[in-house]
Amino acid sequence: MRQQTKFETSGASGLQAERLITLAAGGALTLFGLSRRSWLGFVLAAAGGGLIARSALRGPQEDDSDLDDFADAAPAAEWETPLPPRPANADGVQVEKTVSINAPAAALYSFWRDFTNLPRFMKHLESVQVQDAGRSHWVAKAPLGQTVQWDAEITEDVENERVAWQSLPNADISNSGAVEFRTAPGGRGTEVRVALTYKPPAGMAGAVIAKLFGEEPTQQVQDELRRFKQIVEAGEIATTDGQSSSRSQGEEKSA
Amino acid sequence: MKALCWYRTGDVRVETVPDPKILNPHDCIVKVTSTAICGSDLHLLNGYIPSMVTGDILGHEFMGEIVEVGSDVKTRRVGERVVVPFTIACGNCSYCRRQMWSACDNTNPNAWMSEKAYGYSGAGLFGFSHMMGGYAGGQAEYVRVPFADVGPFPVPAELPDEKVLFLTDIFPTGYMAAENADIQPGDTVAVWGCGPVGQFTIRSAFLMGAEQVIAIDRYPERLAMAAAAGAKTLNYEKADVIDALKELTGGRGPDSCIDAVGLEAHGTGLPGAYDLVKQAVRLETDRPHALREAIQACRKGGTVSIPGVYGGFIDKMPMGAAFGKGLTLKMGQTHVHKYLAPLLGRILAGDIDPSFVITHRLPLSQAPNGYKTFRDKQDGCIKIVLDPTA
Repeated sequence: MRQQTKFETSGASGLQAERLITLAAGGALTLFGLSRRSWLGFVLAAAGGGLIARSALRGPQEDDSDLDDFADAAPAAEWETPLPPRPANADGVQVEKTVSINAPAAALYSFWRDFTNLPRFMKHLESVQVQDAGRSHWVAKAPLGQTVQWDAEITEDVENERVAWQSLPNADISNSGAVEFRTAPGGRGTEVRVALTYKPPAGMAGAVIAKLFGEEPTQQVQDELRRFKQIVEAGEIATTDGQSSSRSQGEEKSA
Repeated sequence: MKALCWYRTGDVRVETVPDPKILNPHDCIVKVTSTAICGSDLHLLNGYIPSMVTGDILGHEFMGEIVEVGSDVKTRRVGERVVVPFTIACGNCSYCRRQMWSACDNTNPNAWMSEKAYGYSGAGLFGFSHMMGGYAGGQAEYVRVPFADVGPFPVPAELPDEKVLFLTDIFPTGYMAAENADIQPGDTVAVWGCGPVGQFTIRSAFLMGAEQVIAIDRYPERLAMAAAAGAKTLNYEKADVIDALKELTGGRGPDSCIDAVGLEAHGTGLPGAYDLVKQAVRLETDRPHALREAIQACRKGGTVSIPGVYGGFIDKMPMGAAFGKGLTLKMGQTHVHKYLAPLLGRILAGDIDPSFVITHRLPLSQAPNGYKTFRDKQDGCIKIVLDPTA
């Protein structure tokens, strides 16, 4: 059974953490009553729902031109510089996270450059098929058994250093991404930085979705990078799913 | 199988649960032959460690026989008799490579929880809350052990369980506490808490050449066990500890002070009452009486070593005293893997027989009573070993 968990407070300040731990220590384990929902799941759900609506109203072939402009927006930043500030009216989600991995940059680049590996640690992806000429087809899971799909092309590829990609027009959900690899000082492995942008369908404010429906986007990407690191360093992703307890199947009681 | 499960504060039960399965390719399944109740299990029983869930299987001190291995296990074999470190380590991250096994980057499936609370997550632990990984523990007939090639450590057949069981936690924990205390020839080491970890700390301090060890507790049987190892003893209910330590060290103060008590310290006088009240109304999670006293008592430039568990926040920390005297503070979960081979060597050489600490042996089915006996310090209880095969 899956352990779905969430801290009630998302802030990292000492005061909030103190309140949290103090409450929890007293037995009021509110953090276990709440599910840890996926922000991207909701974005994808919205995209899937939008597809159905568009299919019903306009037919499946019709272009959704208001998504297309997103592909040009906000390219991933250079390592040394922060992502450019988003315009106040932008409604996409931008995330940037870094992790250090105890492996050479070349090995990490090779693993990532084969996009078919990405679903192993990006849980929302069902599959990525690599086509020719730097193109790939991505299928992501959406709730209620739906999927959302898009084609992407590689926009930048520097061996052992950097890969960037972006979705092509007609994507169910317009998005772009970049990953960079840089040798850490003093034998500390390789620093891996990922920058992702997603634009939810028509008019939905991604940041609002993220806030309303649970997990921060940055947390989700951090968890993905953690799983990437675990695959590379430990050869498996740490889990307790399916282990023994005296909870009956599917039941998660909090104290 | 039968397993000891946590239900709520003060309520643990032996229940029938599903047998564990291999979940990852480096896992193995161990048939538990001996397991023990740790003092830190009492923090769980008493509700001081956050993120426990009803139904969790407890236990992080256990050993037994490997009965199944995952597809990627290279060196461990079915039939081997092993002790299992309570910290789960991947063996290949930068922390494991530097022998900082309890800081492993890759073994806490709930790392995001620890990161929210602590900034970064340490290794996953068996049976010690979901923030620490939520791994089912070993107070059970069988247990799933991740990274079979990294943690489980074969032990010689000629040594009975009770001589090697404590390699899983309390012997290395006491040993690392003494190592962290930076003991030099001629040193006096003061140890707060004569529970099992304190007992191993005292003996480890002597193994490292301490001239004098002063053991502080209030239970006669624990002080007697400390005295049997050669320690001078102080009953903190009958003496002013800080004054007494000064007198026992020629007015210099102990060179090293070790807090082997942790977050449920029993304090005396006004500060003790202050902590009890603040903890009861949840303005403070941990009662740091022993730690405060250790800092206050320590000589200038000395070392305070903290094997006692802390989980959250403490109050009235005498930071001025620590700074004013230039103290070094060292602490943390034990890097058990690092100590397995050298401490097994000590046992084989006859330097120490860890079974000295056992006062009670019970079948697993009696574990809930054992928890209460241990918690309430009844019947001279210092260490309980459980037999899941009985």
